[in-house]
Amino acid sequence: MTWETFLWTTLGAFLTLCTFSFLYKDNPFYKFAEHLVVGVSAGYFALVLYHQILIPNVFDKIFDGEWWYIIPALLGIMMWTRFSRKYSWISRWPIALYMGIASGMAVPREMHARVIEQMHSAMINIIDMNNIMGNSFFDTASGIAKLIVFIGTLSALFYFFFSKEHKGFFKGISQFGIWILMIGFGASFGYTVMGRISLFVQRIQVMRDWTVVAWADEASGAFAVFWIITFGVFAIWAVFEIRKYLRSKRSTA
Amino acid sequence: MNIFDRIMSFDRRWIFLSLAIVCVVTFMWPFHVPITLSNEVRSIYNRFDSLKEGDMIYLSVDYDPNALAELHPTTYVLAEMCFRKNVKVIFGTLSNLGQGMVDQVIDDITDSVMLDKTYNGVFYEGREIQNGIDYVFLGYKPYPAMVIQAMGLDFRVPFPTDYYGTPLDSIPIMKGVKNFDQCKLVMDMAAGNVAEMWITYGHGNYNVPLALAVTGVMGADMYPYLNSGQIFGLAAGLLGSAQIEKLCDNPGRAIDGMRIQLFAHILIILFIIMGNIGFFVTRRRKKMGGDVR
Repeated sequence: MTWETFLWTTLGAFLTLCTFSFLYKDNPFYKFAEHLVVGVSAGYFALVLYHQILIPNVFDKIFDGEWWYIIPALLGIMMWTRFSRKYSWISRWPIALYMGIASGMAVPREMHARVIEQMHSAMINIIDMNNIMGNSFFDTASGIAKLIVFIGTLSALFYFFFSKEHKGFFKGISQFGIWILMIGFGASFGYTVMGRISLFVQRIQVMRDWTVVAWADEASGAFAVFWIITFGVFAIWAVFEIRKYLRSKRSTA
Repeated sequence: MNIFDRIMSFDRRWIFLSLAIVCVVTFMWPFHVPITLSNEVRSIYNRFDSLKEGDMIYLSVDYDPNALAELHPTTYVLAEMCFRKNVKVIFGTLSNLGQGMVDQVIDDITDSVMLDKTYNGVFYEGREIQNGIDYVFLGYKPYPAMVIQAMGLDFRVPFPTDYYGTPLDSIPIMKGVKNFDQCKLVMDMAAGNVAEMWITYGHGNYNVPLALAVTGVMGADMYPYLNSGQIFGLAAGLLGSAQIEKLCDNPGRAIDGMRIQLFAHILIILFIIMGNIGFFVTRRRKKMGGDVR
């Protein structure tokens, strides 16, 4: 590994430790990492917008003689008038145009993809006797799964239907609806936990790779020094915090 | 203060510490975790496996570094599979920090494909992959819905040049390629609502064969689209990536991470059970009028 790569990796490891230090409590290391991420992201995004959008899609087009690209560019500039109290009304024109186009584009497509298609799949062929058991117990395309989805959808929707009092038989449906909703939330929560642990796992993998490189036989001795300094900073901070905690415990006792 | 009261006032930092210890210890202890394959992930693999030499696909890398842990393994494995099979790849990103992700994938896969390797019993000779011949990287444009709509008409509308500034018309791989009609499939690796935009505008408008690899948080929300046939495959979270790695016979960071997931999940389940016991016992005591403290 080259010096340049190692230093960048070390910076990544240092920022990882800075971020994790927040799990104990808010501290200057975390604040530094937080501000750095926000600043770097904003700066990077500004450059990306300039090089990937303004140059090829606006400037190059206009200089190539496609002068009508001035119109969207002007509409974009009009948005900036929001910063002036006197002229902020000008920004309403491009916003209105944008909203109109976006709504016209989105409403029919969203309706089709997220309502009609979903209703279709939930209602059509709900009793699929040809594939009643599917390929496995958890086969989401099996006949039983389709039936469960249909009954579950109706019950969950009924829970939010307040024109009929939830009593007797209807109370049962609405209770079943709650269970279906809870199972749905549980599945989402489970996946979320998996997602969060995955992030932590990836950072452990990166720290492992960094440690292996720093202590490799063929690596420069300075790599190990950087490794020790990075962990040393947090070790000193941890000792300092533990002492502070013990002192406060003693004083309350 | 009895044990149930202690559970209810448990400092959350002990949970973080114990989780960290479990994860690090498990990581240092190598053992194999069996990966069960699901139909929705197998369907992605089967479709990629059926691609022939010279076919073209669109890989949309719509995630930032914060979803790298879950989605990078899928991108790596599928991109390598395509290059090994001489399938042409159009890379694009609708995520503002996604360009760095694609850059990293291309750099690493270029090195990996240079080596001779055998996957699922098939030997692949190492070769050099070239920009413009084996792949093209279109770059990033904001407003995903509009970019997807425009790409459905012609890739050249939102992307007159590729990421490196070369006009699309002068790139060999793009000769005769106008829009999604020339792509056998679109695979979207997404963290955020871009996945739903691909479903709404990509599949909805242009009927593109679409598969998704999404973060774990989004996983449960995407299953209805699988059942309705709007997507042909779904890989959710690190588990989805691990399944793809297993199917492609290319184990990497996802399979490596699954053994840590196993013990981390067991620990979290234990904490949830403890918390629930503490909650119900203290509530029962309160109801019975007893002193909680």
